[in-house]
Amino acid sequence: MGTAILGAVCGMLGSFAVLRKQSLLGDAISHAALPGIAIAFLITGAKDSNVLLLGALVSGLIGTFWIRGIITKTHLKSDTALGLILSLFFGFGMLLLTFIQKQPNANQAGLDKYLFGQAATLVESDVWLMSIVTGICLVVLLLFWKEFKILLFDADYTKTLGFNTKFIDVLITSFIVLAIVLGLQTVGVVLMSAMLLAPAAAARQWTNSLGVMVFLAAIFGAFSGVFGTAISATQNNLSTGPVIVLVASVFVLFSFVFSPSRGLLFKQIRFIKNRRDLKLHKTLAFMYNIAETHDDISHPHTIKILNNFQGFTRRTLQKLVDRGYVILEGAMWSLTEEGFKVASNLYNQLTEDNE
Amino acid sequence: MSNAQIEIQLIASLVAIACAIPGTFLILRKMAMISDAISHSILPGIVIGFFITQDLNSPLLILLAALTGIITVVLVERIQRTGLVKEDTAIGLVFPVLFSIGVIMIAKNANDVHLDVDAVLLGELAFAPFDRLLVGGVDVGPKSLWVIGSILMVTVGLLFAFFKELKVSTFDAGLSASLGFSPVVIHYGLMTVSSVTTVGAFDAVGAILVVALMIAPAASAYLLTTDLKKMLLLSIGFGVFSAISGYWFAHWLDASIAGSITTMLGLLFLVVYLFAPTKGLIAVFYREKQQRIEVSLLTFLLHLKNHNEEVERHVNHLREHINWQKVRAKTVLELALKNNMIVIDEDIVSLTKKGNAFTSKAIDYIITNEDSQIEDMKDDFFLFRG
Repeated sequence: MGTAILGAVCGMLGSFAVLRKQSLLGDAISHAALPGIAIAFLITGAKDSNVLLLGALVSGLIGTFWIRGIITKTHLKSDTALGLILSLFFGFGMLLLTFIQKQPNANQAGLDKYLFGQAATLVESDVWLMSIVTGICLVVLLLFWKEFKILLFDADYTKTLGFNTKFIDVLITSFIVLAIVLGLQTVGVVLMSAMLLAPAAAARQWTNSLGVMVFLAAIFGAFSGVFGTAISATQNNLSTGPVIVLVASVFVLFSFVFSPSRGLLFKQIRFIKNRRDLKLHKTLAFMYNIAETHDDISHPHTIKILNNFQGFTRRTLQKLVDRGYVILEGAMWSLTEEGFKVASNLYNQLTEDNE
Repeated sequence: MSNAQIEIQLIASLVAIACAIPGTFLILRKMAMISDAISHSILPGIVIGFFITQDLNSPLLILLAALTGIITVVLVERIQRTGLVKEDTAIGLVFPVLFSIGVIMIAKNANDVHLDVDAVLLGELAFAPFDRLLVGGVDVGPKSLWVIGSILMVTVGLLFAFFKELKVSTFDAGLSASLGFSPVVIHYGLMTVSSVTTVGAFDAVGAILVVALMIAPAASAYLLTTDLKKMLLLSIGFGVFSAISGYWFAHWLDASIAGSITTMLGLLFLVVYLFAPTKGLIAVFYREKQQRIEVSLLTFLLHLKNHNEEVERHVNHLREHINWQKVRAKTVLELALKNNMIVIDEDIVSLTKKGNAFTSKAIDYIITNEDSQIEDMKDDFFLFRG
């Protein structure tokens, strides 16, 4: 249940991350959250998950805004900034974690579950927390739908319309950070980015509309959460996070191949079909050129002439016959009235296109 | 300093150098995140290699892991080429999948052997000296020292052999293609070196630190210089410095060496980020302020040139006319006075000869749309900058 909700909220917010080309931000934030968890633990000395999550949220936000600062203020590129913050924060977090392990505090065990996550450790209150956050996300998303959408696709236009782009930007980034931090417990630092990306990337293949995409991503996310948990529960020693990620990537792969408009399969089919059509047209045009030299269009010619022509195969000829453009009599062929018309139109179209 | 301590520092420094070299090129080629992806996705390669050899230090392991690294790069490019998703999404999709596969394989099969995810991801430098390499029964030093040492030798060799090619293809792929060396070969060569370095370094310092060591020194160096050779040297220097200082920091805190090296790298980057002479945050702020004042000065001088009437040139009038704050008006006036652009005679401001020349030239440049020339002109005219 918890993983389903998590998947849904990650899918929703992930759509925005993917469309804003900030896919790897999720990766960076989830790593950057680690020192926050450690510091929160050092300060409170207790393993209250809410406090730890708050710490993670704060350090995730600091990481995000530092990344922004690096990108805007220096000539370092975004990938450098991301990798930099990611590794530095994570290393610092590791330092703190090992430091904590040396401290005489019985509570410290289990902090490293945040590294890889374990859905089994979710208790009811965590699920409630997740549902509440998801609810808030949903409300905010609906409230600011128009603003989010316009900012996503045309930031400059949004600014000229008088919206406070900075505020919307911060708002959506904060929600992404929030979702990531929530997911840390379940799937862990390393795999969180896939949770954010995979459902959104899969949903993107099926639709061009933002609303549908967000909805689909939520469903994909929820399903991978449920299936992943179910699969990992059936076997021993199978941690939840990796299984969920694998299920989600199966969704992505499926979408890549089978999506009707963008999928690889249909693209290939369309490609082959187009090539066949082109061959057919070429043959017809060639026949037209021959037939043109005679007064009578239905004057028969031998098939042998066509053999020199590249686009010609027995199949294309048969197809032309099927369409009623050509009549075959033994080894001779002739254009029909209709075929002549189509071919001459074809020729006109081609010259028009050339112009 | 005990023998082990020296060895640890030596290993850490070698790793830092070995990472800094490919890291510099990765950053310049805007592929920094690839190193992160590689460092995660080599996990299945390592696991498979471990099942075959049952030895964490065998060369086969490194080979397989490097292969997985290259597979990652190829996969990312394949997915990207379909045009279905952007590059960063492709990276973000590929490496968690491979990493998950690795984690699951470990969880299912390797429960009773010494190989767990923490060890791969985080590494532990402190134990590196205890894993000795024995040649004919003679102890010749820690294994990881030899592994990373040989990787470093290869990297440096390749760097010297192909420096020119690397340089050209990094900055101008088109030119390098037309000169006859394929950017693709160099691209994959660099990727291979990065993968091998990552793998060789991982069991000493862990996957995350490898990323930090690749990116952070190079990024810091990039803020300080734009010369490729200097950048390489600087990033090597930064890497070694943080490796050694990080070791002592960890020694003092009694915490993870990898973590504290990363922390030192972070501090180093922060310092450079703030104080770099031309590209640091403070320098950028200072320059922006300077330019603002100088633009104000120019506006002010233009205003003076346009008005001959004494009323328009009265000190108090100027403030309300151009609508400046009192402080700002004062800075601008002082700057102009210091540079001998204006004279103030009984509260009436007028241009000097020099000020007049400067202003007319500036108008010329503005009219002919060559605003960038004004910057050079400022150097000729200004005694003091804003």
